[in-house]
Amino acid sequence: MTAQSGISERAQSALEDDFLRQAVRFTADRLRGKKQVSTEQLGNWESWRERGQAIRAHTIANLDSYLAQFADRVRQAGGHVHFASDAAEAVEVVLSIARGKGARSVVKSKSMVSEEVHINHHLQNAGIEVVETDLGEYIVQLANETPSHIIIPAIHKTRAQIRDLFTAAGGEQLTTDTKTLAGFARQRLRQKFLAADIGITGCNFGIAETGTVVLFTNEGNADMVANLPKTHIVLMGMERLLPTLEDLEVFANLLPRSATGQPLTAYLSMITGPRRRGDLDGPEELHVVVLDNGRSRQLGDPHFQAVLHCIRCGACLNVCPVYRQIGGHAYGSVYPGPIGAVLTPLLQQDETYADLPYASSLCGACAEACPVKIPLHDMLVRLRQRRAATGRTPALEKSAFHAYRVAFANHRRYRLAFGTARVLQRPLVQDGGIANGVGPLSAWTATRYAPAVAPRSFRARWGELRQTLHGPSGGSRTSEDGDARRQEEGTRDA
Amino acid sequence: MKASLFVTCLVDQFFPQVGEAMVRILDRCGVTVDFPPEQTCCGQPAFNSGYTDEAREVARTLLRAFAESDVVVSPSGSCAGMIRHWYADLFADDPALREQAEAVAAKTFEFSQFLVRLLNRPDLGAYFPHRVTFHPSCHGSRLLGVRDEPLQLLRAVRGLELVDLPYAEDCCGFGGTFAVKMGGISGAMVTEKVEHVCATGAEVLVGTDMGCLMNIGGRLRKLGQPVRVLHLAELLWEGMQAADESGVTQ
Repeated sequence: MTAQSGISERAQSALEDDFLRQAVRFTADRLRGKKQVSTEQLGNWESWRERGQAIRAHTIANLDSYLAQFADRVRQAGGHVHFASDAAEAVEVVLSIARGKGARSVVKSKSMVSEEVHINHHLQNAGIEVVETDLGEYIVQLANETPSHIIIPAIHKTRAQIRDLFTAAGGEQLTTDTKTLAGFARQRLRQKFLAADIGITGCNFGIAETGTVVLFTNEGNADMVANLPKTHIVLMGMERLLPTLEDLEVFANLLPRSATGQPLTAYLSMITGPRRRGDLDGPEELHVVVLDNGRSRQLGDPHFQAVLHCIRCGACLNVCPVYRQIGGHAYGSVYPGPIGAVLTPLLQQDETYADLPYASSLCGACAEACPVKIPLHDMLVRLRQRRAATGRTPALEKSAFHAYRVAFANHRRYRLAFGTARVLQRPLVQDGGIANGVGPLSAWTATRYAPAVAPRSFRARWGELRQTLHGPSGGSRTSEDGDARRQEEGTRDA
Repeated sequence: MKASLFVTCLVDQFFPQVGEAMVRILDRCGVTVDFPPEQTCCGQPAFNSGYTDEAREVARTLLRAFAESDVVVSPSGSCAGMIRHWYADLFADDPALREQAEAVAAKTFEFSQFLVRLLNRPDLGAYFPHRVTFHPSCHGSRLLGVRDEPLQLLRAVRGLELVDLPYAEDCCGFGGTFAVKMGGISGAMVTEKVEHVCATGAEVLVGTDMGCLMNIGGRLRKLGQPVRVLHLAELLWEGMQAADESGVTQ
């Protein structure tokens, strides 16, 4: 997915795809319902959120020392730690490990950081087969697409579309039955697990005090990926730490409920170092790649540091009314939805994703859903401020807000402006409304009537209105009332 | 009690009947209402698009207009939310203005919030024998925390049948300039909202923000759906007059 067109254009094709919108709505509704039930069962959800927020804020405020501690502990447990300042460095670390092992096949479990550095693409270019083993990721890989949701990568696919993909991959006609589809994937993937040279996983949390990599999965595939191949590579964002195992308890409650509405994840895997003497399984080597890629730039920023608190649960996507209409691919970025619209232009500060913060009505549902209370809608506003300050917003928009400033910063000019609008709107108005607008207004009237400026404003009525009130406000009329009335009557009903 | 009306630019110029209904209700409740004429707009259109200088200059009209007011009351949760949530930040660089901004923010209330929390008047004795559904506006509920107040007022109305709006908390797609800048997405959002409104079988859709209501109402009208769209103040005032005429008493 490229971001050469704007999000408006990409959204348009999503809006025309009824299958996609139906699939997204169906799953988003299910997740919202389950989240509500599971958080109510837990009780005191607000306190849990506040606990989560406090732990994440503390960790990020002290990220340097926790990162050093985490790296020490991983090494003490026999693992290797690599710090990558950007995507290219992370890719180079993975490729050099793969080259050193003479690897020909890699199995992967779900990892958004691996999407962020486009590791599949680079491994395949090096002649290495890559197989996604999370069911949703597997579907997306077969379709030659990218995930359209942080947690539910194939949220945009209907059951029938998945049957068709599997049928094409397997050469035999399948049904849409869940057991059949899951059985097909399981059989296929098992062979891949056994043959793989390297397993790549993400990391939900790294525990600083123990050097433990924690994975939350529902299919058990991450355990296979981490344990069957001889080499296990962990790709993690540098912000993904928690100080202690005790802190993990809070997130074991927050994350699954926010993500899928499950009271607990099906598999919670904790990996501390590679296989030790006497262990029955586990990889011979463990490599942890810690990725910066624009994250450290947010440290110390009073408005944006909190974006690093994110635990990638996807709750903001599930409640977002914009995501609901257009799905994830329309964002054109690795991270979609509200968190993607904030995070992406922060990580990559160029023109490519500068329009993402505008893909929001600023309704605030995202911030309300966030389990660690990131003020996402405030950040969206601040990203727009940052954009406007560069002077690279559209010329028409700039002149519109310049005109707004001139007209609205003084009540006399304001009245004059609306007096003029009363005159100019005449050719467009029928029965007090505008059916077909011109210029920017046509984007509104494509689906809606626009209201017309009223024949008399409230302020022009006020003088008479106050005379009819019972309370003590009825009384003397100010010259301003007269001003407003005279000005409008001069422009009314030619 | 004395209260100054911040009528908002949208109500002032497009929906003056909402301002009038509000003033008449407050008058009936014994509130002395004044209307400082220097007011224009809270600055939100520019602010939400990232144009802070423009927003600040417009917002200053409100700091001046309401400097002497005891309480400011507004028919919009969104505009009141802008003042409460953002004004201190908007004037952060100028200590004197920041102090004024904080003072205005602290005394600004949305209409239903003012009636229920400050006046303690959740029952206005209105009579409105219709099937009604309520759209809770995002900024009113999420920025201001006004969630139950409009419902308290509606539940107290005689004859009114209040039906739940499915997906009520989902945004209608207005979002100010978003509705024009991202017209396609906004149009899809309001189309879904209107489907839910129609599914309730309500005769009347009521809300507390004219931005949302002109969006939903504009879509309803485009589709030829005969649902009346009313601001809460309009519904209550109509109901208070109906109670007067029919002799329905408390």
